[in-house]
Amino acid sequence: MDNLGELLHGFSIAVTVPHLVLMVVGVLLGILVGVLPGLGAPNGVSLLLPLTFGMQPVSAIILLSSMYWGALFGGSVTSILFNIPGEPSSVATTFDGYPMARDGRPTTALATAFGSAAFGALVGVILITFLASWVAQVALAFGPAEYFAVYFLAFASFVGMGGAAPIKTVVALAIGFSIAAIGIDTVSGSVRLTMGVDELVKGVSFVVAVMGLFGIGELLVAVEEEFHARAVSSKIDWREVFRAVGRLPRHSVALLRSAAIGCWMGITPGGPTAASFMSYGIARRFSRRGRYFGTGEVEGIISPETADHAAGTSALLPMLSLGIPGSATAAVMMGGLMIWGLNPGPMLFVDQKDFVWGLIASMYVGNIVAVALVLLTVPVFAALMRIPFVVIAPLIVIICVVGAYSVSNSYLDVVMMLGFGIVGYLFKKLFYPLAPLVLAIVIGDKAEDAFRQSMLMSKGSLGIFFANKLVTCLIVAGVALLLLPLVLQLARLWRKPAAPATETTAQEKVII
Amino acid sequence: MGRTSIFLLSAAATMLAGTMPALSAWQPQKPIEFVATAGPGGGTDNLARAVQNIITKHKLVEQPIVVVNKGGGSGAEGYVYGKASAGDPYKVIFGTSNAWQQPLVSKVAFNYTDLTPVAAMAQDEFLLWVKQDAPYKNAGDYLKAAATGEFKMGGAQSKDTDEVLTRMIEKAGKVKLTYIPFKSGAETAVQLAGGHLDSHVNNPSESLGQWRGGTQRPLCVFSPKRLPQGAKVTATEGWGDVPTCVEQGLDIKQYEQPRTVWLPGKVTPDQAAFYVDLMKKVQATPEWKDYIEKTSQVDTFLTGAEFDKFIKEDLEHVKQVAGEQGWLVK
Repeated sequence: MDNLGELLHGFSIAVTVPHLVLMVVGVLLGILVGVLPGLGAPNGVSLLLPLTFGMQPVSAIILLSSMYWGALFGGSVTSILFNIPGEPSSVATTFDGYPMARDGRPTTALATAFGSAAFGALVGVILITFLASWVAQVALAFGPAEYFAVYFLAFASFVGMGGAAPIKTVVALAIGFSIAAIGIDTVSGSVRLTMGVDELVKGVSFVVAVMGLFGIGELLVAVEEEFHARAVSSKIDWREVFRAVGRLPRHSVALLRSAAIGCWMGITPGGPTAASFMSYGIARRFSRRGRYFGTGEVEGIISPETADHAAGTSALLPMLSLGIPGSATAAVMMGGLMIWGLNPGPMLFVDQKDFVWGLIASMYVGNIVAVALVLLTVPVFAALMRIPFVVIAPLIVIICVVGAYSVSNSYLDVVMMLGFGIVGYLFKKLFYPLAPLVLAIVIGDKAEDAFRQSMLMSKGSLGIFFANKLVTCLIVAGVALLLLPLVLQLARLWRKPAAPATETTAQEKVII
Repeated sequence: MGRTSIFLLSAAATMLAGTMPALSAWQPQKPIEFVATAGPGGGTDNLARAVQNIITKHKLVEQPIVVVNKGGGSGAEGYVYGKASAGDPYKVIFGTSNAWQQPLVSKVAFNYTDLTPVAAMAQDEFLLWVKQDAPYKNAGDYLKAAATGEFKMGGAQSKDTDEVLTRMIEKAGKVKLTYIPFKSGAETAVQLAGGHLDSHVNNPSESLGQWRGGTQRPLCVFSPKRLPQGAKVTATEGWGDVPTCVEQGLDIKQYEQPRTVWLPGKVTPDQAAFYVDLMKKVQATPEWKDYIEKTSQVDTFLTGAEFDKFIKEDLEHVKQVAGEQGWLVK
């Protein structure tokens, strides 16, 4: 076990007093930027970057990556407590996290999320440790056709397994795709759908869309439903933190399945966002309590969080070994690598052993530090839920407005965010699902680029999607997931000709 | 000299400045915003942050500097922002030749004439790259093999520098290439390493790690003479060992990508002069040399009439290629 020896050497670099201090500082700063609106991990890391220029590369990356872990955990806090996801990958956490917190169990929701996130991250790091070289090879096999197939699989798993009426899901997807098309098109280089607004050339930022759809949309619904102070009388209970974490092993099937999905999507370039959505969709289908998803189910929190962190961690590997950043934060870190005088790419593992294995060892330690710190803060965050609605509501509006403005200091973004709030409200009232809409906004344009690049390569022949085993398997799996609900429904109809109509309405109630 | 006399002197200077504005140099009075027309981590972003870092370290400006990224729409977001900030000398826009090339080929709401040019600070070179185990040893072999018309050339963005160069290669080498646009040079490099493309024309820094790692190698550089030797990249070769494309019979003498610095339109000559001077000071520091070397760029400094001339010439050239390809927007 060569890698094990290297890892032990890495630990001797990572576990020193100055590096542990850097980790704690990084994680705390990360939690702060994760919780604060509109800051987020990429901005936080770029703000910190100039401070690291004088440092040893390995110390610098430990500081920055610890900040990244902190921000990932911090981002889940706002998703669960206020229904405002800070990163695209924590959208799926809101589906069950927010209902559970609103139900008076914010401590349980937060502790469950953090516990499963830590598990996912751990599986991701173990994978990196033992399969580094193999993983790098897998990523190389992915050309445009394979990229498209992976995105297709993510869409299919969500559409086929979501609870909403399929036609409503398709409508939501279509709206999402058109929003994703706004701005400059990579393949043709021309400007699309800006409707005469010059500034729209930059496209619609994900943050602007979700702050409106989730934050403001939810607020409007809450105001209409019952305009009263809905303070949650949750007791601050330290023991509940440990109880919630202690209950996690009971959901070991969900944990393992989600970690597997997360690692797979992290290594293949699907990324954490696609991973968390896919994991949620699949859990909903296979969990025994799947029909209650969307009302505050434990497995509805475990599945996206585990997959998100497993994918986020294993996605750092392509960044180091191939130089493709998997996320905005990874891109900033890569910029840092160049400035410290390191070149991400295949040679990093050979030339810079201390750096690479120091970083990998710090992922183990950094995540442990991060989870310990966030678990300690759970009761503090949970206490926020006791603030009465009349105080929290304006606060949410402020968070959303400031968050939308600070994406690119643009007033237009604030207006768009409020517009998305109305869209979110209408979607909720008309039982349209928000998740496919968000999924299409986030990975819709990537899927489109990949499809058109494939078409350029094959000169317009769809045969490219069946050109080798890898892409054929992915496409077939996608089609199977897409058709699964249809087949199941047909089978049910065939067995029981008069299906009770009440079932569909019951399902519509839990649409997320 | 005592405190009081310094105070008196500066008071006198202020009064003089007040009465004779033409002679006084403009100085910034509030924080300055550096606008990178690229996302975090890209080449343009690295330049803006390197310049910010040098200025802060050497205290070249009293006021704090913040870097913001406006990379949406292949950089158009940042330029449109610059146009909208006309008359504001506290916004400095960092870009590439995109500033004048993009308005030619897509309907973006700005032109380079809406901005005040400050300088072109560094030039990125272009090379022709193929997969490590490709059979061709030089550009001549490559062109012969490409004559089948089945070759796939990757590049960053559409109708931008990479595609312009691809079209120039087609013309000079009398071949037909299928151009596949990706989001960035780094992504393109990985696609070549995976064997999904036949070649690309990345800048040195975009493929440095891949060359060293033995997944791809450069055939030739689009430059009038070979690059400076520098340190070895692989065990046996460095940038200076890469032949020029002209040497190998691919007749494209020069193709470079300048990194450009702009102010919004309608700023005073004083204000523009302040930034030209500032960038000159930045360029004289050892940290700048270090940055240039690490990113394998060529150190240049074009400003004023020289910069104008450069833009005009490049513009003519791109117009010609874009016209032949039918890319020009009305």
